[in-house]
Amino acid sequence: MIYSKEEILETIRMISLENLDIRTVTLGISLLDCIDPDPSQMTLKVREKIQRTAGLLVPSARHLERKYGIPIVNLRISLTPLSAIMAAPLARMGREEALSFCVRFADQLDQISQEMEIDLMGGYSALVHAGLTQADEILIHSLPAVLSSTSRLCASLQVATTASGINMDAVRIMGEIIKETSERTSMGSGCARLVVLCNAPENIPFMAGAFHGFGNPETAINIGISGPGVVKSALESKGDLALHELAEEIKKRAFKITRMGELIGKEMAEAIGSRLGAVDLSLAPTFKVGDSVAEILEAMGIERVGAPGSTAALALLTNAVKMGGAMATSAVGGYSGAFIPVSEDLGMVAAASSGALSLEKLEAMTSVCSVGLDMVAIPGDTPAETISGLIADEMAIGVMNNKATGARLIPVPGAKAGERVEFGGLFGSAVVMSVSSFSPQKFIRRGGTFPPAIHSIRN
Amino acid sequence: MSEKELAIITVMGKDRPGLVAGISRVLAEHGVNIEDISQTILQDMFSMILIVDLSASTVSFEALQEALAREGNALGVKVLMQHKKIFDFMHRI
Repeated sequence: MIYSKEEILETIRMISLENLDIRTVTLGISLLDCIDPDPSQMTLKVREKIQRTAGLLVPSARHLERKYGIPIVNLRISLTPLSAIMAAPLARMGREEALSFCVRFADQLDQISQEMEIDLMGGYSALVHAGLTQADEILIHSLPAVLSSTSRLCASLQVATTASGINMDAVRIMGEIIKETSERTSMGSGCARLVVLCNAPENIPFMAGAFHGFGNPETAINIGISGPGVVKSALESKGDLALHELAEEIKKRAFKITRMGELIGKEMAEAIGSRLGAVDLSLAPTFKVGDSVAEILEAMGIERVGAPGSTAALALLTNAVKMGGAMATSAVGGYSGAFIPVSEDLGMVAAASSGALSLEKLEAMTSVCSVGLDMVAIPGDTPAETISGLIADEMAIGVMNNKATGARLIPVPGAKAGERVEFGGLFGSAVVMSVSSFSPQKFIRRGGTFPPAIHSIRN
Repeated sequence: MSEKELAIITVMGKDRPGLVAGISRVLAEHGVNIEDISQTILQDMFSMILIVDLSASTVSFEALQEALAREGNALGVKVLMQHKKIFDFMHRI
């Protein structure tokens, strides 16, 4: 036989028992050719472009699922950061008119997603790491209304890069915007579709941070894979290995998982006349037993995530995933680390509710994985400046370590630390984490710019 | 001679008479040739792996999957068919 029975059954076991799947196929679409000073014309052009370029996304994905017997869980679209696309029409409007146009336009995008059966659409975004354009400023202030009016549109804001430092004025504003968004949506759930980013890759397949960066071609397929269960079962089946042997097992599994992303990415690109942009190596958890990054760390010997040793275990995991994954694809991209959201991962939620995992430990762990403080529910009465302080810390980790980080914080109105909240669907449920009551208010109110990292001066 | 289009069919379930015949019949009816076949029975659990060539198939990939699934249901076994490329990608560098 061209394959051994063990090889064939291993693939089938990974998919049927260990939750291996393609977490998302995300089609990036450039909207630069849709720019028009007439708001109605622009909206029409955007609708036409998305419908034309993404028309085959859903049927092609359903066909590939059947052909290979591997589930494709989410289908998404990421767009050119919309502050650039909306800038021309917004410049011709008064402030109130501009804000209400943003909501109407966002509603249109949400409607297109629903019509086309696209799970989430990303790109309600602006890159403001070195300052705000007029359109950026409008987009930011439209966020609470836009996120409370839509259900599938995702927003992101890059406020920091290693080369430009941190736009602390934007960080201060975002503390207020996140708070206002939470107050206008059920359980603060609108904040689940809003992330503040540092060093954002321009080809992320995952939400809420996905946007189609300016350096990209007309369209590109970006793939997110899921396979924490596959890695965990490999570690459990091997017993007492030394750490370098554990890393070897993780590498082997990461290679195989990533190959699935490469296969589906190439075939999707061919099917819809696009190209493979990036395969994100990150192990993305889902809210079910056996599909959790936290459970991997626990299989490595950490009693509960958050215990001393957790950062080291996570670093070992992320490093090994990169080593195995990088060889498996011709297009490494996106975050390519490991996700440790405190809502979409059952093990992370259990660690937070048992008191093993504190916000401070979580922050430390984000320095060795990807994405940062992701889906962290905090008490509804957390002051805006404190939220800005949490964002600033995460941005500083990204700037100084030359890596992507993000903050997706969800103040839950009326909720206190330790309470459990349900966001529903993909976003799962979360435990409200305790936030320090000591204030960074004076620091945040200074505003201005956190200067570029010294190691960014390389020329 | 057209190029081969290989797929892997995996049959899993409780052993009973007629399993191999049932699956083979569905394949033959749709013009699908069996290139290789291997089976094991472990404690009454039957697993059979077939490598088949779809290049002369008279129906689409999806339609053949459905026909196999129907036969599998009648026989009380689970039948999967996956295009060969998934195994190439995962197990061959």
